[in-house]
Amino acid sequence: MTKKIDNTTRYERARERYMNGDLDRRSFLGLIGAAGLAYGVSTLFAKYAHAATTDQVRFDGWGGVVSEAFRKHAFDPYTGKTGIKVVDGTFGGGDEYLSRVKASQPGEYNIAHLSGVFDYARYHALGLSSELNEANIPNLEYVIPKLVDVFRGVSGGKLSCVPYDYGTTGLAYNRKYISDDEMKEKGAKILIDEAHKGKIAGWSDWRTRMWYAALQTGQNPNEISDEDAAWDAVRTHRDLSLKYWGSGAELMSLLAEEEIYATEAWSGRIYALQEQGHDIGYMDPPNGFGWQECLFVMKGSPMEACEELLNFMLAPETSIAVAEGQNYPTALDPTKVDLGDKIPTLPAFDPTGTLSGLTFADPDFWNGHEAAWSKTFGRVQKGY
Amino acid sequence: MSVEKREARQPWILLFPALSAVTLLLFVPLLFILVYSFWLRTATGADVAGFHLDNWQEALSDPFYRDILISTLRIAAITTVACALMGYPSAYFIARSQGNKAVLLLLLMLPFWISYIIRTMSWINILGVSGAINSVLLALGIITEPIQMLYNEVTVILGLVHFLLPFMILNIFVSLDGIDTNLEDAANSLGATRWQAFLQVTLPLSLPGLAAGGLLCFVLGAGTYITPLVLGGPRDAMFANLVFEAIITQLNWPLGSALSLMLLAVLGALVMIYNRYLGMAQLMKGLG
Repeated sequence: MTKKIDNTTRYERARERYMNGDLDRRSFLGLIGAAGLAYGVSTLFAKYAHAATTDQVRFDGWGGVVSEAFRKHAFDPYTGKTGIKVVDGTFGGGDEYLSRVKASQPGEYNIAHLSGVFDYARYHALGLSSELNEANIPNLEYVIPKLVDVFRGVSGGKLSCVPYDYGTTGLAYNRKYISDDEMKEKGAKILIDEAHKGKIAGWSDWRTRMWYAALQTGQNPNEISDEDAAWDAVRTHRDLSLKYWGSGAELMSLLAEEEIYATEAWSGRIYALQEQGHDIGYMDPPNGFGWQECLFVMKGSPMEACEELLNFMLAPETSIAVAEGQNYPTALDPTKVDLGDKIPTLPAFDPTGTLSGLTFADPDFWNGHEAAWSKTFGRVQKGY
Repeated sequence: MSVEKREARQPWILLFPALSAVTLLLFVPLLFILVYSFWLRTATGADVAGFHLDNWQEALSDPFYRDILISTLRIAAITTVACALMGYPSAYFIARSQGNKAVLLLLLMLPFWISYIIRTMSWINILGVSGAINSVLLALGIITEPIQMLYNEVTVILGLVHFLLPFMILNIFVSLDGIDTNLEDAANSLGATRWQAFLQVTLPLSLPGLAAGGLLCFVLGAGTYITPLVLGGPRDAMFANLVFEAIITQLNWPLGSALSLMLLAVLGALVMIYNRYLGMAQLMKGLG
């Protein structure tokens, strides 16, 4: 499924065209000669231009089991096949990563595993998006069209990323202390239930806090009109919480160690806890937080090498292996690709490929409130 | 070139590497931060260059920042006092020990071999619901339900004391080690009890070390953000956490720059007061 686009491939393509009669002998030899000249001249100075070399690509993701899955199922085989090294870094959230990118030189960061269309829109608005040559990513045809179209809508029909997986931020609860029936009855309001004071937690992310505050106050998360009521719900949750968690590892630790009994949580992380034998329940309340993740290519990156990696990662065998490792359903369309046995059992999986059952964040609405709400949450979080 | 001129240039030549490093790695970045503090952030997160006083106005007039700053200084002060109370006996013991002083000092330095973050996180395994203390108490039947000990201001102070105590002990030790023990003997021979000799001779002479340790603990404690992040609850943020949030979460580098300079000014003023009355020489000895 993967197509290697390197100098050898280019030579093979030119030779095939020459042999087929599409390229005359003079042009073919001219191209070979020009390539040799370019190589001979550039090699002298190539060692001084590290940013331009494509012997490595930098990838940044969420760490933990997700990174392990990428390393095992995508990066190592990719390096083995192409010789291009993948240097992988981690981040705790999109905001933190954006700060790092903002402070970097173009080309320093290449591919990021971004969450949510709102992140894509922010990066695009800051002029960080690139333009993918989709012809170099033939495996893009297997991706659920709805996921691709959302990104096209943000960046004027072009793509700066490929969708990779999706999931939900639902409700996780310790079944030893909270029954399935109680969860069904209370839903998102379990997080503002006085009965579990001191045993509740939540992600220190203003979007998630406001999304769940909307659910707790009976509002549509993509059309929050009564902001005061929502902030009151955020404050109530804060006063009942033991702690705001800041990473997937911390979330898993708090639940596994029984420091907390209920929190909103990332579906894949809870599946991982369940696989480890912890009796942790997971439910998506009505209008639960659905999101999709993408592999975003930064402006200034070596595009061909990045596109090659994206195509490699979208190959069904790689994508399925990564999805099974990180416990989030792949963005590949289940009506086009056989996704195996495990993926259909993952939380949030949609066998129809339409994703009609998930509610995604409206990037315009959320990015329009980003400056004000992130600042307000910073204060509410600290008791104000 | 005359000998006088050459001699006058020599210190500057010798100082050149250090001055260059300080200029490039401290003053130039500080200048950038200062310039940034006058810029503005747009709704998309992009910065607008210019000379605007909005960030400074907000940082200085908003009670939110003032309250967190006061809370930060309070936590740093409590930590410093706790370090002094715990550090002095330890430093005294090391200074007066015979033969095994080097081993004790090595033990004191051991925690520095482990990452500060790892040391901070180790408290989760000690104080957590499934941690060592709760497990022992439950096993002994002393409690029937685990006690919630983590994620509050007390654990933040505990984590800070854990981090800063060696700095305090080292400073007091250096001070005590330089005191001639014959002075205590002389006080005893003049009729003072051991306690009186300590209070009226040793303690006053070791005060510069105590003050230097106190300054270090206070400044480092007030500037920390990892400890409240790992061991604090929702309301236990310190001022450095505000800087982190402004820069990382809100992508508001201009406001974050103003806040970081504000903290720097407060702590810098403290160092200047210390220098005015006690001098930096003692601090250098302790750090050395």
